[in-house]
Amino acid sequence: MATVYVNDKPVDIGTERLNLVQAAGKAGVFIPHYCWHPALSVVASCRMCLVEVGEKKPDGTVAMQPRVVPACQTPAKDGTIVITSSPKARFAQEQTLESLLLNHPLDCPVCDKAGECLLQDYSFRFGRATSRMIDPKNQPPNKDYIGEHITLFADRCILCSRCVRFTREISGTAELQVISRGHHSEIDIFPGEPVNNKLAGNVVDICPVGALCSKDFLYKQRVWFLRSQKSVCPDCSTGCSIDIDHNKDIVYRLRPRENPLAQGHFMCDEGRFNYPYINSAARIFLPSQRGSNGQAGDIWQHVLSSLRRDLRAAAQRDGSSVAAVLSPFLTCEEAYLLARLMKGLSPDARLYLGHVPVHGEDDRYPKDRKGRPIEPVKFTIRAEKCPNRRGVEAILRHFDGEVRDFGQALHAAGEGRIKALYLTAGYSPRAGAWITAEQTKNLQAVPLLIVQDLLATPASALAHYVLPAASFAEKDGTFVNHAGLAQAIRWAVRPAQTERTDGQVFLDLLERRGLVHTPTLRKELAAEVAYFAPLAGDLGELGIMLT
Amino acid sequence: MPDFTPVLLRRLGKAGGQSLDSYRADGGYRALAKALNDMSPAQVGETVKAAGLRGRGGAGFPTGVKWTFLPKDHPGPIYLCVNADESEPCTFNNRILQEEDPHQVLEGILLASYATRASTAYIYLRYEYGKSYRVLQKAIDELYENNLLGRNILGKDFSLDVYLHRGAGAYICGEETGLIESLEGKRGWPRIKPPFPAVEGAFRKPTVVNNIETLACVTHIIDRGADWFKSIGVPADPKNPRDAGSYGPKLYCISGHVNKPGCVELPLGVTVRELIDKHGGGVWKGRKAKGCIPGGISMGLMTEAEFDTPLDFNGPGKVGCLGLGTAAVTVFDETTSIVDVLYNICRFFAHESCGQCTPCREGTGWMYKIMERMRSGQGRLEDLQILDEVAKNIGIMPGTTICGLADGAGWPVKNAIAKFRPELEECIRKGPTLAVSRPLQAVHA
Repeated sequence: MATVYVNDKPVDIGTERLNLVQAAGKAGVFIPHYCWHPALSVVASCRMCLVEVGEKKPDGTVAMQPRVVPACQTPAKDGTIVITSSPKARFAQEQTLESLLLNHPLDCPVCDKAGECLLQDYSFRFGRATSRMIDPKNQPPNKDYIGEHITLFADRCILCSRCVRFTREISGTAELQVISRGHHSEIDIFPGEPVNNKLAGNVVDICPVGALCSKDFLYKQRVWFLRSQKSVCPDCSTGCSIDIDHNKDIVYRLRPRENPLAQGHFMCDEGRFNYPYINSAARIFLPSQRGSNGQAGDIWQHVLSSLRRDLRAAAQRDGSSVAAVLSPFLTCEEAYLLARLMKGLSPDARLYLGHVPVHGEDDRYPKDRKGRPIEPVKFTIRAEKCPNRRGVEAILRHFDGEVRDFGQALHAAGEGRIKALYLTAGYSPRAGAWITAEQTKNLQAVPLLIVQDLLATPASALAHYVLPAASFAEKDGTFVNHAGLAQAIRWAVRPAQTERTDGQVFLDLLERRGLVHTPTLRKELAAEVAYFAPLAGDLGELGIMLT
Repeated sequence: MPDFTPVLLRRLGKAGGQSLDSYRADGGYRALAKALNDMSPAQVGETVKAAGLRGRGGAGFPTGVKWTFLPKDHPGPIYLCVNADESEPCTFNNRILQEEDPHQVLEGILLASYATRASTAYIYLRYEYGKSYRVLQKAIDELYENNLLGRNILGKDFSLDVYLHRGAGAYICGEETGLIESLEGKRGWPRIKPPFPAVEGAFRKPTVVNNIETLACVTHIIDRGADWFKSIGVPADPKNPRDAGSYGPKLYCISGHVNKPGCVELPLGVTVRELIDKHGGGVWKGRKAKGCIPGGISMGLMTEAEFDTPLDFNGPGKVGCLGLGTAAVTVFDETTSIVDVLYNICRFFAHESCGQCTPCREGTGWMYKIMERMRSGQGRLEDLQILDEVAKNIGIMPGTTICGLADGAGWPVKNAIAKFRPELEECIRKGPTLAVSRPLQAVHA
């Protein structure tokens, strides 16, 4: 057991190997830092985390080091003393901040990072209010050529080199580098080799100041207007924990949220920039029934009661001819409700797993210069482009004892064995078309076809009922990733005009009263399906590993 | 002091002196044969340690002690990096050794490699030293031809390869970990320590970094013995247990406003005044000196009144300078403006700061901008306070940077403010007239 004394407060760090920034954090003392990042190598160059350090010997005597030391580079050992509040440490931090601001343009009013900028925050907490430099500032040129998705405001850069280390250590692509020397140092790329790797967007997140900005987000929104919701990226089976930043029911950006159980610190650009469809005007907003246009009154009530009647009639004719396809984009709770709905119509109703989009092979990072992955793998973009195959499969196994795939559903429909088919989709555009025109021909013979989707497809053109689906940002629920990690997704924006999420539709068709309340449904799911038993309580921010 | 017979420069100016035959004729590679035949590597190391040889590169760390930091019985390769980057302004002693007597240096490299069990030695040579490159490479080729390099040297169980690597022209690549990074093909950014190079250095293997002149001294220590070496120079102060003494000969470089600039070999401990008056031919044009830079500009400034300070490892520190440094004395006469001196120094360090640590990157740039403004006659008295504060708080000594470049950048500034404050204040009050006494070529840092 190792005890570290942070500003005279003892804190037990156990057997963990921590640096002093982390150890002080355990004691509730924040040590400001720029260049240090838990996922990157230590360079100890920004000199923001300077503290006084000493050692308490077993005999009780204290020996302090005469100079300030960087906390990020100093390992915490038993008896280590950290002083962050002494005049010497405060002066060192103040001096570093004054240095960093010497050539900084102080253009916060037009800077995208303002409001979440560590230079602002630390200057306010640890810095001095005025600059003593009266000489002209260096003005390196801005570099919008630095990447497809990112731009560099070189004058705001504090040379922490986090982005350089990211491209070398995490993506392995090494596009970024420091050029020139001394106070003329700048971040730049090799000519003609922009930062276009699939993890490039992360350099914007790890940039502590407004130097690297996302072209996608640039000047769209002041960050203090944004609200964040903790969620999960649906674009591959890695299931990166994310924050959805939104304002007034519009999603403005997705950012990775640290989760050691899921992906670590980062996310890929495929997921990061694949959100505009949420706000797309091409979405299916209202339910519709073929041949009943211009119906007066509540369209939802009309369509749902009509659909309920048709489904029951089909089930009464032949229970085994009623089927549903459960999309891997459904949450576990939604899949459960739909399975209950179908099995309530007839115990013989068939359940199928929706199309599982797989694109190529798992994309592992870091890579070498030739694009081959290097061990140890630090980030994986999975080939399976859906968030919840494992969760839906568990539901299918529970109700049917086996998993029937989408191909079997199409085959059965083509042979005319399916008289009523409830097709859920909700695929994000990144996953590609979930049904081809060729496959759609199999559905032509189905007398009752219900399609629930985000966007129009050949299948929805054929459908007798078309229902709107909700995107991941509009609903609550649980996704189970490739490794069996169950994570909660939470609604960030209200479904545009749709009014009802998939789960709400299933609930209404089941004629269960009230609104979808995911914690209640999750409890019900946990009680009924053994695989989900650990989810009876709170999932927490990181999720729970299912076995 | 009686006239000193040069040791390191004994073969200076000898026609054809760079060839192996000529060097051998003068007793060359005698020390190597002695070491390989009669001494174990540990004995070589012990002899150097006993001689009290301290690194000639600037920091003055005891060489024999440095070698003992290597891990014992290390299974993998150990590397010797030879620091021939010599980028401290006004310093040219290594250049003379390399150009005039390359085999003396190479013999030292062989001995040091034998003592440290290094299998490969990399000579990191300053890029600008074209002649050194040619002469050294020729000497290395000669050694390979004569079984003094390569496998089983002189038929013994000792093998060594020497590679001559040319730097890319950065001051910071003379810092030992900056040198290693540069040698590995990376940007010359000094590494954080620990791990120290002796544990994890070049290519992540244990590495010793030694200066050219240090290794030249090793040759003579093995040849003539530790006691001979200790008979030269200034003995350790018995009252100060931390004083390791200043033994051996040293190459002093004299430049600036003297009649006879050059490099001269003397025992450690000669005073600045003796160096200037006796060996440098006195201050030029019959003028008096205003001061000097005692050991490369990172060591600070010395006033004329302090010229009786002995140039050994302890002397300059007693008058507020950083240390002996490279023992390259640059004299400036009484007409020189201290503002010009400081401007030039600040410009150099702002240009050469590697840009890694914030205090040094921004601090050196700020000091340069202040001096540039002061030199144009727009200085303010509060600038002196800012300069002093920045100079005292950047560097490895206050703990705010990774390497010592910033200490060297701050030292002359704080020395100037302490020792030449009246002149600086007068310059600020009078404006541009006094400051730009001799126009300097404006180069953008």
